[in-house]
Amino acid sequence: MFNNLLLDIDAGTIDWSRAQFALTAIYHWLFVPLTLGLAVIMGIVETIYYRTKEQFWKDAAVFWQKLFGINFAMGVATGIILEFEFGTNWSNYSWFVGDIFGAPLAVEGIVAFFMESTFVAVMYFGWKKVSPGFHLASTWLTGLGATISAWWILVANAWMQYPVGCAFNPDTMRNEMVSFAEVALSPFAVGKFCHTVTSSWIIGAVFCVGVCSWYMLKRREPRLSIESMKIGAAVGLVASLLAAATGHKSAQDVAAVQPMKLAAMEALYDGGNGVGLKVVEGIEVPNALSFMATNDFEGYVPGINNILNGYTTPDGKVEPSVEEKIERGKQAIAALAAYRKAKQEGAEDSTLNQQLSILNENMPYFGYGYIRDKAEVVPPIAVNFWAFRVMVGLGGLFILFFAVVLAGAYGWPKALWRDRTITGLPKWHYWIAIALIPLAYIASESGWLVAEFGRQPWTIQDMLPTWAAVSDLQSSSVMITFFLFLILFTTMLAVEINIMLKQIKKGPQL
Amino acid sequence: MTYEFLQHYWCFIVSLLGAILVFLLFVQGANSVASSLGQTEEGRRLVYNSTGRKWEFTFTTLVTFGGAFFASFPLFYSTSFGGAYWLWMIILFTFVLQAVSYEFQNKIGNILGPRTFQFFLTLNGILGPLLLGGAVATFFEGSNFIVAKDNLIDAGAITPIISSWANASHGLDALLNPWVLVLGFAVVFLARVLGILYVMNNVADDNIRSRGTGRLIAAAVPFLVLFVAYLVHVLLKEGFAYNPETGIIFMEPYKYLTNFLDMWYLLVVLLIGVVLVLFGIGKTIFSKGYVGGIWPAGIGTVLTVLALLLCCAWNNTAYYPSTADLQSSLTLQNSCSSEFTLRTMFYVSLLVPFVLAYIIYAWRAIDAKKLTKDELKSDHAY
Repeated sequence: MFNNLLLDIDAGTIDWSRAQFALTAIYHWLFVPLTLGLAVIMGIVETIYYRTKEQFWKDAAVFWQKLFGINFAMGVATGIILEFEFGTNWSNYSWFVGDIFGAPLAVEGIVAFFMESTFVAVMYFGWKKVSPGFHLASTWLTGLGATISAWWILVANAWMQYPVGCAFNPDTMRNEMVSFAEVALSPFAVGKFCHTVTSSWIIGAVFCVGVCSWYMLKRREPRLSIESMKIGAAVGLVASLLAAATGHKSAQDVAAVQPMKLAAMEALYDGGNGVGLKVVEGIEVPNALSFMATNDFEGYVPGINNILNGYTTPDGKVEPSVEEKIERGKQAIAALAAYRKAKQEGAEDSTLNQQLSILNENMPYFGYGYIRDKAEVVPPIAVNFWAFRVMVGLGGLFILFFAVVLAGAYGWPKALWRDRTITGLPKWHYWIAIALIPLAYIASESGWLVAEFGRQPWTIQDMLPTWAAVSDLQSSSVMITFFLFLILFTTMLAVEINIMLKQIKKGPQL
Repeated sequence: MTYEFLQHYWCFIVSLLGAILVFLLFVQGANSVASSLGQTEEGRRLVYNSTGRKWEFTFTTLVTFGGAFFASFPLFYSTSFGGAYWLWMIILFTFVLQAVSYEFQNKIGNILGPRTFQFFLTLNGILGPLLLGGAVATFFEGSNFIVAKDNLIDAGAITPIISSWANASHGLDALLNPWVLVLGFAVVFLARVLGILYVMNNVADDNIRSRGTGRLIAAAVPFLVLFVAYLVHVLLKEGFAYNPETGIIFMEPYKYLTNFLDMWYLLVVLLIGVVLVLFGIGKTIFSKGYVGGIWPAGIGTVLTVLALLLCCAWNNTAYYPSTADLQSSLTLQNSCSSEFTLRTMFYVSLLVPFVLAYIIYAWRAIDAKKLTKDELKSDHAY
């Protein structure tokens, strides 16, 4: 996984840079999903207050907003590090595709981040300063800003997984955007956004239900816990069903453009038609992987060996072997070198065009020119295999969980709830709900692991491997900042969790 | 719109964001003097609660500044951030500390105690402006890097990297240049001036306002001395010019003075900016009861910084010069995004007035009533 740690300086830099980016992203992704999820919950609660003008709902809204605020700052803080790490740790990447990749980040700042940061201040401090309507709008705009922010970040991430709307310019030595619409509305980005945001709502909902369960366990805040639980469970059920549907779409996108990632997720070495989905090694659901990947129970799914050695798709398209791709990548780089040399020497157009023709013909495999051995294009199998199972398994569990909690909160079916309410259940029910909070985070982080480990070794799929994307830094520098961030983020996480727990213990003080 | 126009337009937008960022460093400036300005625990909390309602703007502007720079001049992003690694990492580190400090400092369950987070705010209040000011100074003084795009076609290299720093300090070497420190400290004291003016305006507390005048003088004097020294130095030094026809970069005596004379409108903007800053400071010191100095001084700061940043990039000037290899210096021409991207982003930038409008609206709504001690009792006070 991290093959180059403790080797020579340059190679160590690659793995420390990967580790640092992964660390920052993992921490960032602890805070952002709760921000996105709680934004929906607190928006709904305040909307009810706006409609009913009942003080209870205002206090409930303030309570959820307070928890939102404790979490919000860490999401912002870790986010800025991620943005700048593209420059600090992945400088070659920043030049090679900055023409395309920088745009979504800039749009995010202009359109989304300002909206979020402007209205979050109104939400916190504006209760006595602005009208109820303006305050409600600010609360929703805070959530909307965070969601739009997620859109542009996921557009950028999706582009790394499936680069579209760009062309290589041999004169500037970089990829340049040729269609903003293709980049911004890439089907891969749409699928990724829908799946990521709905899965974030699950975290907000699990958190909400978990907090309510704790109050029920302690026989406290009866109205807040039951009313918030209804909202949390409803949001969670809708979100988990949507996450399942969008997850299916995402799997098909991956099958279409990142077959190696799908093969790694399934530890599928030899593919074929009508492939089964492994529950765990040795137990599989017949034909399910084919259906998941192609919507056809008999659909063709290539395995790792097929991809390494080359295969022919059912529609007759021949996919070259990795060795052939490496060869063609080297031809592309050699043609680019020859073109640049010829241009510097003032060669005639025919010579330049000849090299350009070779370059364009082999450009789809440009990144393979930096691959030294075909084994390098196989991502870590075990991480992908198990992370995928954890994500899907817990996702299924959440559908069941929210359905049960929602039914319980509304006392349905009545025959079952005739002699009891959801606030009077044996304690172990509530402990289960509380225990699901960390599991929701594990599911969410597992999804991220699948997305990012599955595309290794590529920073940009088929275009630029990690070792051609890094900055020229000593590995010791990156190692030091890695540990500094590790200490900083972990300390702040500990402080945040403690503050959050104390705040929940203190309660809304209705 | 020509490609050249778009390059200059995006330089203007990025410079404007940079200028607004320097103005918004009043958050850092006020935090760095919170103890002396607030004196008591309650006074300190008033200062932190005042800046705590604006810190997101500084943060967001920094992020947008980075994003806009990335989108429009990716070679700067890759060369400066990847090269001056330590300089940028320390800046980011202090901003992370700041972001969490407001929310965490006075919450029950803060296991590190409020003093730890107040120390973080002070640290960010000094190091943030110092290093950002130092980074701006490198636009005039140069940095120690080399760009070699042909490295990309060296498929045999372990890492075919195009931008390299020419020494092992990765950006900290800039702090050995005294002029970088002069501008860095000028920005530290400017941030303090603006921070004191902002708090005097935003907090309805007689004690803080009366103390503010003395603190303002103590910050304004070193700021003016350092700023004037740096301005004179820039106007008299030789600068990094380039030939737009050949792309060749060369040293030109009095380049920045020549730029101001060639682009007289920037000189006018600079002078108006300086006068407004002086007016904001002077009227606050000499006119008792006047607390609106943040506005002329703030607008003046934006105009002054904007003029300086444009002076180092427009008029065929290398805005990120290399002291290791002159021809590696970055110009608007050789470091910008493609015409298509700049044009696309131009249309996106038309949203900026709309964004500014709702920021101003929300800001006014929140600040219509000044901060008082009573608000410290509210549930969301920091």
